[in-house]
Amino acid sequence: MSSIEIKPQVYWVGAVDWAVRAFHGHTYTTQRGTTYNSYLIRDEKIALVDTVYRPFAREMIEHISTVVDPAKIDYVIANHVEIDHSGGLPMLMKLCPKAKVVGTQKCRDGLFKHYYENWDFQIVKTGDSIKLGKRTLKFIEAPMIHWPDSMFTYCPEEQLLMPNDAFGQHLASSERFADQVDQCALWEEAKKYYANILWPLGTVISRKIEEVVKMNLEVSVIAPSHGLIWRRNPMQIVQQYAAWAKQETSAAAVIVYETMWKATEKMARRIAEGISDAGVPVKVYNIAEADRTEVIADMLQAKGFLFGSSTHDNDMLPAIAGFLELVKGFKPRNRLVSAFGSYGWAGGAVKEIEEAVKEAGMEVSLPPLSFRFVPDQTELQKCFLFGRSFGELLK
Amino acid sequence: MQKYRCTICNYIYDPAIGDPDGGIAAGTPFEKIPDSWVCPVCGAAKADFEKV
Repeated sequence: MSSIEIKPQVYWVGAVDWAVRAFHGHTYTTQRGTTYNSYLIRDEKIALVDTVYRPFAREMIEHISTVVDPAKIDYVIANHVEIDHSGGLPMLMKLCPKAKVVGTQKCRDGLFKHYYENWDFQIVKTGDSIKLGKRTLKFIEAPMIHWPDSMFTYCPEEQLLMPNDAFGQHLASSERFADQVDQCALWEEAKKYYANILWPLGTVISRKIEEVVKMNLEVSVIAPSHGLIWRRNPMQIVQQYAAWAKQETSAAAVIVYETMWKATEKMARRIAEGISDAGVPVKVYNIAEADRTEVIADMLQAKGFLFGSSTHDNDMLPAIAGFLELVKGFKPRNRLVSAFGSYGWAGGAVKEIEEAVKEAGMEVSLPPLSFRFVPDQTELQKCFLFGRSFGELLK
Repeated sequence: MQKYRCTICNYIYDPAIGDPDGGIAAGTPFEKIPDSWVCPVCGAAKADFEKV
């Protein structure tokens, strides 16, 4: 991929990471890779909006060089401190001695704590702008979408919003625009991204969307820092974010379990049949094997969660325990939850799950279901009925 | 005096300390902080705080 003009004199100069599968540590599975989007605006003054992850810095600089000599860059806008967008700064800043870095106060502090460089830095706030010539860059602080330093950059003359990590997707592609790629993959990745990164920040997102809508910005293109650029009906992703942020759910269930000798798995399968029999769609995941990132995306809009585990050392198993710890951080609201599992002598898993659920701020809506060793036909029938009752609650 | 926690980043507002950098003097109860004040750590709104 070379540079691509996305608006007159505005170029994508980022990098496509086809290979990455584990993102920030192992917290996010990027099954379809990702991109680090960096945008170059050529006017009387030259500005670069965001950089790329450090291993791709040279590639970004090559892309910039196809449009302008990097030494001519006047401003490098840092919308966000995180390394996948700022990692290119150290190499780039050596090549553009006159460039100023532009960002929020928290961005300046954060960048210093990453790179320990004293770059010429211009601190900006909401309402501040920089005149490039015919074009202007306006700044909108967006704290906790998704870090305290986060900011959106807007170019009114091109009706171009560059909201950094908002509205993105981890999706590597040779195309640059959302309307050019498979729509199922696009929306699946947009949802995964929201669920895994932005879910706990819904109240902040709702308010920011309201604030930006009141600004009456003309927006014809939304160019995020990951994935595809929205140019056809760009507000569709904003409307979708507004809905997700409200924690709107539908009558659907997600069963997440871990099993030792498949007894808890037998229960999970029969419970799922019961839920389905109630006419409610259900997904079933063995969390020791499943892709967490995908499970979280399925949970985003599902009204019902069921967590299952065998009892091991009087407690639940480690993968489901870790998963519940992750779920706690997302602060799910307006959900119906219960637990199930098989045990050998003294139980324990179901009680521990109930406690984890309460700690995550959710309530247990149906008494848990627990059987000793391998469930017999009567007990399996109880699993089915448990599932059906749960399904009825969700409708 | 009642402490409050930011539900976004878990920062604790302690009235005994206030938020001098944010213009809130030590000894200011949470209820007396203007609505335009934001969490000094993450920038979340006053409405995002809950009693500890």
